Amino acid sequence: MRNLIAFPVLLLAIILQSSIVSQVKLIAGYADLMLIVLAAWALQEQVKSAWHWAIVACMFTAFVSHMPWWILSPGYLAVVYLAQALRKRVWQAPLLAMFSVTFAGTLIAHLISFVALRLSGAPLPFSDVAGLITLPSLLLNMLFAIPTYTFIRDLARWVYPLEE
Amino acid sequence: MNSRSLQTTIIFLVVGGILILALGGFFGPVSQRLDLSLIQLQTWFASRFQGMQDFFTAPRDIVSLRARNAELEAQVSRLQTQVIELQQRVNETEILAALVDFSRTNPESSYKAAAVIGRDPSPFLHYIIINRGSNDDIRRGMPVVTNQGLVGRVDAVIADAARVQLITDPASAVNVYLQNADTNAVLLGSVTGDISLDMISQNAVVKPSDLILTSGLGGGYPPDLIVGQVVTLRALEFELFQQATVQPAVDFSRLDIVLVITNFRPVDIAPLEP
Repeated sequence: MRNLIAFPVLLLAIILQSSIVSQVKLIAGYADLMLIVLAAWALQEQVKSAWHWAIVACMFTAFVSHMPWWILSPGYLAVVYLAQALRKRVWQAPLLAMFSVTFAGTLIAHLISFVALRLSGAPLPFSDVAGLITLPSLLLNMLFAIPTYTFIRDLARWVYPLEE
Repeated sequence: MNSRSLQTTIIFLVVGGILILALGGFFGPVSQRLDLSLIQLQTWFASRFQGMQDFFTAPRDIVSLRARNAELEAQVSRLQTQVIELQQRVNETEILAALVDFSRTNPESSYKAAAVIGRDPSPFLHYIIINRGSNDDIRRGMPVVTNQGLVGRVDAVIADAARVQLITDPASAVNVYLQNADTNAVLLGSVTGDISLDMISQNAVVKPSDLILTSGLGGGYPPDLIVGQVVTLRALEFELFQQATVQPAVDFSRLDIVLVITNFRPVDIAPLEP
C-alpha cells in the first residue's frame, strides 16, 4: 500500500512540471522535475520501489507530453539504475550522488530524445540542442536537485520509517 | 486673627501678586526670565514623568501595538491579494475583449476560447495544453489563434483538455502566402522557438516587413490567418529557394487565452501523397 504514494507524488510533479517548471526557462531549456524526483527517490536507502516509480513517471509524462513513452522510458530507467548503483558506492555523500545522478541522467535523457527526434525527421542541429537546451536544462536540474532531494528524503523517511 | 497671621497673609498676597504679575509679563525682561525658568523646570518634570509613565505602561502598549500591527499587516496582505486578483481579472478581461473583437471581425469562423494551462514537459517540443477538450467539441487538427495571429493546431484531445502544437515546434510546417510578393512558402519551426520561411521561389521579390498569411494549401489550416512578418531574407544564387527569418505575430511566451476555430475540419491528404 505504501507504494501507492507514487501516484499522488508523481501526479503533483507532472502538474508542477507542466504548469510552472516548463515556464521557468533558461535560454530554451528548463528543468525536468520528474527526472529529479526519480533520482532523489531512487537514492533513498530504504526505498525498494524506484523502478515502479520510473514506470509511473513515464506513463504520466507520456500522457501529458507529445514525446512518446519509448523515448522517455530509457532515460528515466537509466536514472533509477544510476541512482541505485551510486547509492551503494557513495552512500556517505548523498548530495554528491544526487548531483552525479542528475548530471548523468539529464545528459542521457537528452541524448536519447535528441537521437530519437532526429531519426523521426525533426530538424535539430546538435550545437543548438547542446548549447541552448541541454546545458541550461542541466544547470536548472542541478539547482532544483537540492530542494527536491530534501523533500523526497523526508517523504521517504515518512513512508518507510528507518528501524533503530 | 492675630497680627502675626495677618502679616503672613499679607506677605503671601504680595508675593503671590508679584508672581502673578511677573507671569503675566508685566515686569518685562525679569518676568520673561522667570517664565523661561519655570517652563524649563516644568518641561524637566514633565519629561521625567513621561519617562516614568512610559517605563511602567510601555510593555502593555507594545503588546497591544504588536497585536494591532499584526492585524493591520494581515489586512494589508488581504488587500494586496485582492489587488492582484483584480489585476489578473483586468488582464483577462482585456485579453478576452481583444479576442471578442477579433472574432467579430472574422465572423466566418466560429471560435471557442480556451485558457492555456500548461506546456509540454520536454524542452525539445513546443506544445501547450488548453482547458478545452472533446466535451467542448474540440477535435484534432483544429487551428488555434489569438487576436494577433496563428498559434498552432490541436494535436491531441481528451475530454476536458487538448494539446496544441505551436507553429514554433521543430516538427511544424505551415503552408503560407507572402501577400506583397504574391508567392507561396513553407513556415518552419525550430528547437529554439524561432520560425523561418523556406521554399520561397528565387523569382519572388520578398522584402523585410512583408506580411505572411496562411495559404490554406494542404488543408491543414484555413487561409488568410496572420502568421508574422519577414525580418531578413537570405537569397543565394546556387540554392534552389530563398529563405527568410520571421517575426511571429503572436508572443508565444505570453500565451494565456487562445481561440480554437471549431468550424474548420483539416483535410487529410496523406492518401493522395505519392
